[in-house]
Amino acid sequence: MAIDNHTVKRIAFLSRLKVEDAKIESTKEEFNKILAWIEELNEIDTENVEPLIAVNDTTLRVREDVVSDGNYKDDILKNAPSAEYDYFAVPKVVE
Amino acid sequence: MAEYFIETAKGKWEVVVGLEIHCQIISKSKIFSGASTEFGDDPNVNVCFVDAGMPGMLPTLNKECVRQAVKTGLGLNAKINKYSEFSRKNYFYADMPTDYQITQFRYPIVGEGEILIDLSDGTTRKIGIERMHIEQDAAKSIHDLSPTKSYIDLNRAGVGLMEIVTKPDFRSPEEAGAFLRKLRSILRYLETCDGNMDEGSMRCDANISVRPLGSAELRSRCEMKNVNSVKFVMQAIENEAKRQIEVYENGGTIEQETRQFDQTTGQSKAMRKKEFAHDYRYFPEPDLPPLVLTDEYINAVKAEMVELPDAKKQRFIETMGLTPYDAMVLCENKEHAAFFEKAAAGHDAKKVANWMMSDFFAMLNKKRLDISQSPVSAENLGKLVELISKEVISGKIAKDVFEIMAQTGEDPEKIVEEKGLKQVTDTGAIENIIDEVIASNPDNVSAYKNGKTNLAGWFVGQVIKMSQGKANPAIVNKLVREKLDK
Amino acid sequence: MTDITRLTVAEALNSLKNKEFSAVELTEQYIKNMEAGRKYNAYITECADVAIKQAEEADKRYAAGTNRALEGIPLGIKDLFCTKDIRTTAASHILDNFVPPYESTVTQHLLNDGAVFLGKLNLDEFAMGGSNETSYFGPVINPWSKDKNLVPGGSSGGSAAAVAAHMCAAATGTDTGGSIREPAAFCGITGIKPTYGRCSRWGIVAFASSLDQAGPIAQDVRDCALLLRSMSGFDAKDSTSCDIAVPDYENFMNGDIRGLTIGLPKEYRPEGLNPEIAAYWDKATEYLKARGANVKEISLPHTKYALATYYVLAPAEASSNLARYDGIRYGFRANGEHLDDLYINTRTQGFGAEVKRRIMIGTYVLSAGYYDAYFLKAQKMRRLIHNDFLEAFKQCDVILTPTSPITAFPIGDESMLQNPINMYLNDVFTVSVNLAGLPALSLPIGLSANGLPYGMQLIGKPFDEGTLFNVAAKLEADAKFERI
Repeated sequence: MAIDNHTVKRIAFLSRLKVEDAKIESTKEEFNKILAWIEELNEIDTENVEPLIAVNDTTLRVREDVVSDGNYKDDILKNAPSAEYDYFAVPKVVE
Repeated sequence: MAEYFIETAKGKWEVVVGLEIHCQIISKSKIFSGASTEFGDDPNVNVCFVDAGMPGMLPTLNKECVRQAVKTGLGLNAKINKYSEFSRKNYFYADMPTDYQITQFRYPIVGEGEILIDLSDGTTRKIGIERMHIEQDAAKSIHDLSPTKSYIDLNRAGVGLMEIVTKPDFRSPEEAGAFLRKLRSILRYLETCDGNMDEGSMRCDANISVRPLGSAELRSRCEMKNVNSVKFVMQAIENEAKRQIEVYENGGTIEQETRQFDQTTGQSKAMRKKEFAHDYRYFPEPDLPPLVLTDEYINAVKAEMVELPDAKKQRFIETMGLTPYDAMVLCENKEHAAFFEKAAAGHDAKKVANWMMSDFFAMLNKKRLDISQSPVSAENLGKLVELISKEVISGKIAKDVFEIMAQTGEDPEKIVEEKGLKQVTDTGAIENIIDEVIASNPDNVSAYKNGKTNLAGWFVGQVIKMSQGKANPAIVNKLVREKLDK
Repeated sequence: MTDITRLTVAEALNSLKNKEFSAVELTEQYIKNMEAGRKYNAYITECADVAIKQAEEADKRYAAGTNRALEGIPLGIKDLFCTKDIRTTAASHILDNFVPPYESTVTQHLLNDGAVFLGKLNLDEFAMGGSNETSYFGPVINPWSKDKNLVPGGSSGGSAAAVAAHMCAAATGTDTGGSIREPAAFCGITGIKPTYGRCSRWGIVAFASSLDQAGPIAQDVRDCALLLRSMSGFDAKDSTSCDIAVPDYENFMNGDIRGLTIGLPKEYRPEGLNPEIAAYWDKATEYLKARGANVKEISLPHTKYALATYYVLAPAEASSNLARYDGIRYGFRANGEHLDDLYINTRTQGFGAEVKRRIMIGTYVLSAGYYDAYFLKAQKMRRLIHNDFLEAFKQCDVILTPTSPITAFPIGDESMLQNPINMYLNDVFTVSVNLAGLPALSLPIGLSANGLPYGMQLIGKPFDEGTLFNVAAKLEADAKFERI
């Protein structure tokens, strides 16, 4: 399943990364090399194999419903590149 | 109910609608963190490092959110899945601190179910539930504090949500409205979500398509996002259906798209199209192993289920003699139904229902009071009805007594006693008044005798008036005729 | 007086208890080494002042007799562990100004046991790499380098180099596909990746959540046992953490290996395996046989597919884990007119080439239309690889393999740089273990003809780190490897 230039652009956008126009071709080639290598997995028939999601057979633990965290907005905001009026600030979002 | 369709000069069209409803789960802490779910605090206060998506932070699942979801699933008569899985839904957005949402995808906690909706003509209809899953809510953006910036408040980020997806079973705006009211009622009975659409604790997206009446095809649908009241959902469906019909009738096609409803105009517009479509890249959440529920657990939750509106309604009809309509109205709200049951205990239930549906609700409306704040207690309303049943007071006097109860909160028996409002059933006393009325109105007496027999009602009125409303109208009626016909 | 920084953790603890020197003296010596060793570029952030204060506290504890398990031991912390009020970068530009307001569970355990933190150690950016060359803060130089500067291995390259060059007594590492074991092998020291779920992941910058595990990198087997005991333990804040008691690993070192069965996977010895490492593997097998262990050839039939499986799953999880670095709540931000511009500019400038490559590969294998062909396929392959080990452990108690097919290579190696797959192939012996969630330890076995260390890997059953320490102690004693 070789990918094309349009796919490179789409994947870059989904990843919120920019691939310079001049580098699209080489990126595509590099990806196709890696994907071709990955496709060796197709040598194995996995039709009836259950996907492995978690290595340990543990099931999900649940937590008591108590308020045990939060209420430290300064710590939440202190690393923010831009915070105003105790909010995180971003360029205006228009839908 | 009567079939709903939209008729144009060119033909008849049917609407096909499915709903997706996001319901905030009632819990003290968030679904994947220990921060408070409190609403209305200062920005970024009810937020912990997990909610802020800080590096290395991990989710832990809130027990109560699971229990609430199972309760809700049972309330939707749905299958509870013993195995469910969390997944990540990946998309970049300022409201989503990790830029993915932890939700359920392949294996939701609740499977197929159905609920009955009550329509205005007293009939009911089944609506299918496709699934329900649990997930985290997004943060809130504030757009109106600055002309150039949006501000992000993470207080809501991570509050538990239940997303209920219906089958495309709705064929009219009314049905969708009835569904939302019924769902809200069930959620409030279960106390799993407060169901306040205007505050955003219940949010509805509608998938709307149309087709020629009688056709079975499914055409492209448009998703109407975040319509925040039952009325607006109904309006959005109707207007969107009309828009699509117009497009089709002008030879156009409908493309699947997301539209934003404008509640001031009732119209909608397509949301800005992105260069590349969303691709959510769902995959199993590696930070959370699968959620496994046991039969014992599900049965324990079942055991603590309250009586739900449909069961209550049925009981009110069958054992208390209510009409389906009255039962439906009283059962929509859990507190109303409880008040009714308390008031009706030992009294004429049907009369109590009539009183609640008329004077009582009118009084609450006028005073803008919630039933929990009612000055008239359930016991006192019951007593009032009992006074009427036992003919201690007339229906008319009862209205006056109710007025006083509404103002003072007093016991109706005490009011009747103190104000001397007891009905006069002593025929001697009534006869005296009748004689007085006949004596002072000779003209009307002769008119009656000459054939204007409908004047009897006038005499009855005069007598009751003179008795200051205390004379028993049935007795007055009987005696007036006897005396006039003599 | 001998150089006290040459002591192992166990020896230093002994001396501290006997008041042969103070924790402050020990810490000062390490700070001197740290400063003298800056040419290795092992530390991203040095925190000598904090370390001295912690050492003073340790000395008070020794005086009061309230000293704890690692009291006064100066450690280096891989800069992937969030440390409260100490900058944590993950070796990325995108986090180069991030100061966590919280402490990771693992480092908190170490602090609770009295450890002293000297600073934050260099690594491959977001732990993605096998040579420490992808760090935004530049490559780390392997202390074994002679004429040419060599890589220390990755991603815990700073940790391995700092331990090898005595710039800390021991260090923390993390291992997603070999990131503890490979650098330990390249730098001639010892490291263990415990069973998945043994160490809490809470507060460790995530790379691939279903594979990441923390573990120690130290001078010898005993130090690893000491450190791992402190770092391990159930944590309710990590839903993948296992609630299984942590034994005293040191005790296992006194065990006997007579009757233990050592498995040798035939798939790990392909045609053309580097004869030097093959010879050391044989030698290690002989050592264990001589001590009464049984040796058995076993098969891990899907070994060949482990790398490709790993390079689907790890980037997929990473693409999602690294989405949060978007310039809004913390870290580097590049401006943009619209929100998407801000995201794109921030991430394009903030991430390095290898991280971007993996994010995009990961995004692709999860995207609509490709999920089944790549991601789901890899999850199924992971099941088969996991099953291979389950089967193998029916026939043996521990598996012995080389850690890496090669020794440390020069920084800027052309073949590695030109084709990322060549770099990925170095993980061939280590990734299966992460896919199966098993514990594995690497220890030095001997030097190559050109004087560079080789490592041997021991793989254990889930939560059976004890047997690894038992066997490793014997191998270590027999190999008599000389550290720097």
